[in-house]
Amino acid sequence: MVIYSLTFYLFSSVAVLSALMVISAKNPVHSVLFLILSFVNASGLFVLLGAEFLAMILVVVYVGAVAVLFLFVVMMLDINFVKLREGFLQYLPFGALLGIVLVFELGILYLTDRSTNIYNNQIPLEPVINEIENTKMIGQILYTDYFYLFQICGLILLVAMIGSITLTLRDKGGVKRQSIVTQNTLEASNAIEKKRAKLGEGIE
Amino acid sequence: MLNSIINIIFIPEIFLASTSFICLLFGLYTNKNSFRQTCNFAFLILLSTTVLIYFNIGSNFANYDMLFSKSSFINFFKILVLVGSAASIIISKDYFLGIKLINFEIPILLLFSTLGMMLMISANNLMSMYLAIELQSLSLYVAAAIKRDSLSSAESGVKYFILGALSSGILLYGFSLIYGFTGSMNFDEINFYLLRYENLNLGLIFGLVFVMVGLAFKVSAVPFHMWTPDVYEGAPNSITAFFAIVPKIAAVALIYRFCLVPFENFYLEWSQIVIFLSVASMFLGAIAAIAQSNIKRLLAYSSIGHIGYILIALVAANDDGVKASSIYMFSYMVMNIAIFAILLSIKVKNEYLVNISDLKGLSKSNPIVSLSISIIMLSMAGIPPFIGFFGKFYVFIAAIENELYVLSILGVLASVISAYYYLRIIKIMYFDNKNNEEQLIFKISFQSKVILSLSLFIIICFILYPSLLINISASLTI
Repeated sequence: MVIYSLTFYLFSSVAVLSALMVISAKNPVHSVLFLILSFVNASGLFVLLGAEFLAMILVVVYVGAVAVLFLFVVMMLDINFVKLREGFLQYLPFGALLGIVLVFELGILYLTDRSTNIYNNQIPLEPVINEIENTKMIGQILYTDYFYLFQICGLILLVAMIGSITLTLRDKGGVKRQSIVTQNTLEASNAIEKKRAKLGEGIE
Repeated sequence: MLNSIINIIFIPEIFLASTSFICLLFGLYTNKNSFRQTCNFAFLILLSTTVLIYFNIGSNFANYDMLFSKSSFINFFKILVLVGSAASIIISKDYFLGIKLINFEIPILLLFSTLGMMLMISANNLMSMYLAIELQSLSLYVAAAIKRDSLSSAESGVKYFILGALSSGILLYGFSLIYGFTGSMNFDEINFYLLRYENLNLGLIFGLVFVMVGLAFKVSAVPFHMWTPDVYEGAPNSITAFFAIVPKIAAVALIYRFCLVPFENFYLEWSQIVIFLSVASMFLGAIAAIAQSNIKRLLAYSSIGHIGYILIALVAANDDGVKASSIYMFSYMVMNIAIFAILLSIKVKNEYLVNISDLKGLSKSNPIVSLSISIIMLSMAGIPPFIGFFGKFYVFIAAIENELYVLSILGVLASVISAYYYLRIIKIMYFDNKNNEEQLIFKISFQSKVILSLSLFIIICFILYPSLLINISASLTI
């Protein structure tokens, strides 16, 4: 129990701190790296909740795809981030107002939860870990009951791939490609030509 | 073991999907100009799938009924989709070669879209319905934008994509409401759940309305028709032919099944929506088409009008309505195949025909072609003895049987208005004098000629033996 809370506080405090760093770091590349740290910690929280499939998906999708995409955008495009930051003070009152509303609502939620007292006894603090892990459960349903839908999804992705290739691939003429077969079958007699250059003249 | 594999392979959908993969590999690994062969291959695939459906081959898997259903109505519409798609691939082949758009992916995309439509027609679950709709429309978005160097084609593709995505969003919102309030995605289970209730509650009504709006986008019923004329105009002519002939059939079948299976007992709720869609489509289709000078836009408005008549049969909501819809859809498909087979082979000044005024003087230079166009136009206007008359006739019979007198009178009125622009084309061909010396060239390949003459034969000779189709369609059950 103690270890559980310790791990929880470790992950959650690192997640919150790195989220803070995302918006306060000067260097945009640092921001994206902190974003990745925050995602990884959030997926650690999912593991604590017993949702290891969601944790893996979070890492694969958000860290593997989205954050790396951000990194590309930040590094490739020439965006002036100092200029983007200029309006910070101007938007501060509005942002603060949103924050206050959120805190107020959270407080109301907490108070109603306290006063009605419905859930307090029912929800265990630690999640119940099943015998079958949930990746396996999802797989068991996805590949049996919903196999048909899974297949149609595959077809849709195939069509998307064909479509994007058809619409964007342009076959440029004049591209030189390496052909290993012709390189290997080349003989010196075909490739090299001997010519005798006369004195005082060049070769045409 | 071998026996069961053969059984599985000959299930129509699996057969179509697996042979499409073979077709894709065939197009990829043969020499560069494989467009013609891939088209022929696709045609053969579609025909053999039609044969499989006709002989009703299939088997029962576990959980098969949960997502998928099968009935004579579904089989009839699947055959219509397959035949329409096969015919449109053949009539558009020469056009693609003519404008030098010879990506072998085009017939492949059309095959996948046809597969999506087959799954759409037989969907028995909100999830499989959504995925099938996405499969067919994703292929069609790409097909609309396939002519990459043309601005109008790209515009039509993007327009179609954005509006299609919007309608999918609306559709999904409706699904989520229906699922939330009934606790099931299966059509039969939703129906069973709703048996307990006298009236639909507010959430379910919202869900129903959202889904109907999404489906109305797909069949392009007014007021959700905006994309149709623009997309038809911008896409290459042969893709327009496909758009006009095939996806409408599948979407109509789906809207029938959605209204008549899960919401069978709540006729009053959905019929109000459908009556509005139908009246608005008929009148807008009839009136807006008058001002068009581009023949593709004209056919777009004409198809909007036709959808209006089919929705009348849906409001009738009885066996006659189902019968009328299948006859109407058949005649719609045949007439559209015929008109597009002609349009895709007329050239003016080395460009394919787009303006109606270019048809001037066609009766002098090409009397047979102008006669065929006149027959098709008369048939589309619903004038006997051609097939279009029977479509409208049975729709109105179904409406009158169900005492929808006002709706049928409005339908006849709209039909009279729409006769104006069909007859105007005939007038332009026969009575307008040609003012300049542009030579109309009519050049048609043998295969399209066969399809054109076959569909003209059906249009003209349907009256001789109508009971062939009418008996089949009378026996259809949803």
